Amino acid sequence: MAQQLRPSKPADKQSKIDWSRRQEAENFAETVKLFRQGKIDPDMFRRFRLQHGAYGTRMTDDYAMVRIKVPAGQVYPNQLEKIAQLSEMYSIGSAHFSTRENIQLHWVILEDVSEIMQSLSDVGMTSREACGNTVRNVMCSPMSGVCKDEIFDTTPYALAIARFMLRNPICQGLPRKFKFNFTCCEKHGMIRIVDVGLLPQIQEIDGEKRKGFKIFLGGGLGNRSFVGHQLEDFTPVEDLLYTSMAVIRIFDRMGDRKNLSRNRMRYLVNDLGWEKFQNLVLKERAVVKATQSVIVKLNIDDSVNEIQRPISVNDESASVPDGYARWEKTNVEKQSQSGFNSVFIGLEAGDITANQLRSVAEIIRDYSAEGFARNGFSQNIVIRYVHDDDLKSMYSRLIENGLAKTGSLTMASAVGCSGTTSCNLALTNSHRLAKEVQRKFLELNYDEDDDLKDSTIKISGCPNSCGQHQIATIGFYGGGGRHGTDMFPNYTMSLGGKFDEDAMLGHHTARVPVKRIIPVILKIIELFKENKQSDDTLAKWIDRVVSGNESSKITGVDDIKKAIAPLIVPPNVEDEPDFYMDYGSDTNYHTVTGKGECAA
Amino acid sequence: MCCMIDSDIPIINSKLLREKIQENSIRIVDVRREQEYQQGHITNSVNLPLAKLLADDSSESIQKIAQDLGISDETPAVIYDDTFGALSSRVVWALQYIGHKDVKLLDVTFSQWKDLGYEISTEVPEIETATHSVKINSEIMATAEYLEKVKENKNVVIIDNRERLNYLEQHIPGAINIPYRTLASDGKILRTKEGMKTLLKNRGISEDAEIITYCGSVGTLSGLAYYALKSIGVPNVKLYVHSFKEWKSLEKPIDKQENANYWDLSAE
Repeated sequence: MAQQLRPSKPADKQSKIDWSRRQEAENFAETVKLFRQGKIDPDMFRRFRLQHGAYGTRMTDDYAMVRIKVPAGQVYPNQLEKIAQLSEMYSIGSAHFSTRENIQLHWVILEDVSEIMQSLSDVGMTSREACGNTVRNVMCSPMSGVCKDEIFDTTPYALAIARFMLRNPICQGLPRKFKFNFTCCEKHGMIRIVDVGLLPQIQEIDGEKRKGFKIFLGGGLGNRSFVGHQLEDFTPVEDLLYTSMAVIRIFDRMGDRKNLSRNRMRYLVNDLGWEKFQNLVLKERAVVKATQSVIVKLNIDDSVNEIQRPISVNDESASVPDGYARWEKTNVEKQSQSGFNSVFIGLEAGDITANQLRSVAEIIRDYSAEGFARNGFSQNIVIRYVHDDDLKSMYSRLIENGLAKTGSLTMASAVGCSGTTSCNLALTNSHRLAKEVQRKFLELNYDEDDDLKDSTIKISGCPNSCGQHQIATIGFYGGGGRHGTDMFPNYTMSLGGKFDEDAMLGHHTARVPVKRIIPVILKIIELFKENKQSDDTLAKWIDRVVSGNESSKITGVDDIKKAIAPLIVPPNVEDEPDFYMDYGSDTNYHTVTGKGECAA
Repeated sequence: MCCMIDSDIPIINSKLLREKIQENSIRIVDVRREQEYQQGHITNSVNLPLAKLLADDSSESIQKIAQDLGISDETPAVIYDDTFGALSSRVVWALQYIGHKDVKLLDVTFSQWKDLGYEISTEVPEIETATHSVKINSEIMATAEYLEKVKENKNVVIIDNRERLNYLEQHIPGAINIPYRTLASDGKILRTKEGMKTLLKNRGISEDAEIITYCGSVGTLSGLAYYALKSIGVPNVKLYVHSFKEWKSLEKPIDKQENANYWDLSAE
C-alpha cells in the first residue's frame, strides 16, 4: 500500500499575551521566608499572599491553593501541559477547573508557591490578583465567537479589560473583590450575578452601526445575593473603559471597608438605591473622560484568529464507537461557523488528572482548528472549531483518556465547590456530593432526557456561594443538622434559580440531609414527570411552581415540601449510622471550620 | 574514577558515559525487566532486573549480584533505568552500601538516552564473574530504630518522597514532603543543581543538616531523593530503605492531616 503523506502539524499556538511578571516569584519566596521568621505581620502577609493568587487551605498554614488566572478562559496546549507537570510536582497530581475559568492547584506547600509562579511565567500565565480585594479573573463565555445568537465576539474586549486591570494601581486595594463577566448571549454567560456584566449589542446611531454593550452592575451571589441592574440602554465600546473605571472608582471611594461580611459592591448599590448609584456612575464617567491628562485606551486586539483544521488521518472504515450518539447529543454544540462544533469536556466537579491534562493538550492540537481551548462556566473545558468529520475520531480519543463523560451540557453535570476537600469555611463535602449526583444521573441516563436538559444542579459547602447554588434550578448549600445529640450534614435546598435574562435567585424550600439529597432530587423529577405539560421542561415547571403559577396537583413549594417530607426524617443513629457521616468520611459528622479569606 | 568530573558526586552525565561505553573496564547495568532489556539497551550494558535485588537485599545477596555482574571492588559501574531514575538509584545505593566506591547513577533514563540519539544495542555482553568484598557503609542507611532515636534532633530533617495525597493521609511525625516528581527536570532524572538548591532554600532545609529520606516501601523514590541531595553535595544523607511500610508494620507513631477530605479532589 502506498504510504500516505502526512503533513506535519501546524506550529503550536501560544498565548499572544504574557500575563506573567517573573520577578514576582522571587519576591514571593522572600516574603514567605520573612513571614516564617516572624518578621511580617500575619495579616499583612495574608493580603500579600492573596494578591498573588495563593489562597489558604483548610485547617493548616502549611499549604496554599494556587489559583491560576485564565483571562477570558482562553487556554493553550503548552499551558495545560505545564499545569499537568506542576500538579505532579507541587500538588496532588490533579488540577481543578473552577466556575470562574481559573485553574487551581490545591494542597501546595506554601514554600513551593514561588516555584509554581516561576514555571507559570514560562508559559505566560499568572496567579496575580486571582484572590484578594482585586479585579478577579475576567470571564468571557466559552461560546464567544462561535455562538449562534451572539451579536459580536466580546473576547478581545474581555482580554483588553483583563490587561488594563492587572497590576493596575487602582485595583490593588479595593474594599473587596471585583468581578467582570463578558458573554456572547444571555443564555451562555452569567452577566447579572457579577459586579460588571457585559452583553454585546449593536445600535444604529446616525445611520452607522456601532458596537457596544448592555452593562449590568451590582449583581452578585453570596450570603445575600442580588441581581445586577442595567446601567443604560446602550454603552458604546468607546465607553467601556471609562464606565469600568468610573464604577471601580466609586466602589473604591464609597465601598464599605469595615464590615467584611457586606462589602461587595452589590451592598453599596443596595444601600444607596439603584437610581442614586446609577447617577453616580454616569457622572463619574463624565469626570473620568474629562480629566484624562493623556487619552487612556484599551488595547484591543481584534485581529482574526487563524482557523486551520489540523490534518487528521481519518480511518473511514472505523466503526462508530459505542455511546457516540449519546455523547454527541449531550456534549456537542453546533457553531455559527458551518461545519464546526464546540465540544464540551465534562469533568467531575472540575477535577482532572495530570495525564488527562496532557491528553487534552494533544487533542486540542489534533482537532481544534483554532489551536486553543476555553474554560467553561461549569468546571469544564470547551474545545472549539472541531470539524464535523472529526467528531467520531475525537470521541474515540476522549474515551481512551477517560474524558468522554456524557451530559456536559445537561443537568447531569452538577457543579460543586471545593467544600471540605480544601476550604477553610466549608461545612460539608459539597465537592464529593456533586460527583455522587453526577454519577447517579449518568447511571440513570438522565443526561439523555430532553426534559431535564436546561436544568442545573449546583452545590456549595457553606452559605457563601462558590458553588453558585442560588442560580441553580435545584441548588444546595451545606450546614449541620442535629437529631437529638447526633449531628449530620444538612443542606438547604433552593428551587428555581436562573441566570439568564429573567435572572432570579432560587427559592429556599427545605433542609435536606446529605444522604437524602439524591432521593429528594429524584422525587422532584418524579413529581415533575407526573404533573408536567406536554412540552414542559423541569426548569419551566419548577419556575411555575415557585412563582405559584402551576395548576397541576403541585401548586406551590409547599406541595413539594409535603411530598419530600417523609424522605428527610432523620433515622436513629443505631438504625442508619451512615446517615450521620458525610461523603468521603467514615466518622460521625461534626462541623469544623477555620477562618475564611474571601473577605481578607 | 575514570569517567567522573567530581568524584564525590555519584552521578554521571550521559554525554560522558557515551564517550566511555566502548571501554570494557566499565560495567553498565540496566535495571529494567529482562524482556525490555532484550529489546534494546545501552550498548555494552548488562541486565539486573530490580526485582532480583529486592527479593533479597542482604549484603551477601548484593555481593553475589555484583560478582555475577562482573563488578569487582575496582570496577567502575554505571546504573540506569526507565523509571525516572528511582530504580537505578536504589541499585546504586545498594552497591554503595556494601562498600563499592565507584558506582554512578546515569543522569538520564533509557528513553531519554534514546531521544538523544545515543547508541543502543540488542547484543548481550559476556560477563566474567568477579570478586567483590563487603565493607558495610552504615553511614548511608537509616533503620526505623535509628530514625526514631534522632527524629526530634534539631539538625535532622526527614523527607517523605511519596505523592502529596499519600503524605497527607499518613506520614512519619515531623517529616516534610517532597514528592519524587519534584526532583526531575525536562530531559533529566534530576533537577539542575541550582534548581535543587533553590528548592531546599525555599523550604528552609540546610545543606548541613542530617537528611533522612523515605518513601512507600522499598526505598526507590527516596533513593532518587537521596541522589538528588548528593547531586548538590549534601554531605550527610541517609536512606530509610525499608520506608513507611516497615514503619507502619512496627506500629510506630503516625501523623495525618485531619479534618479535610483531600482525596475527593483527586480525579484518579
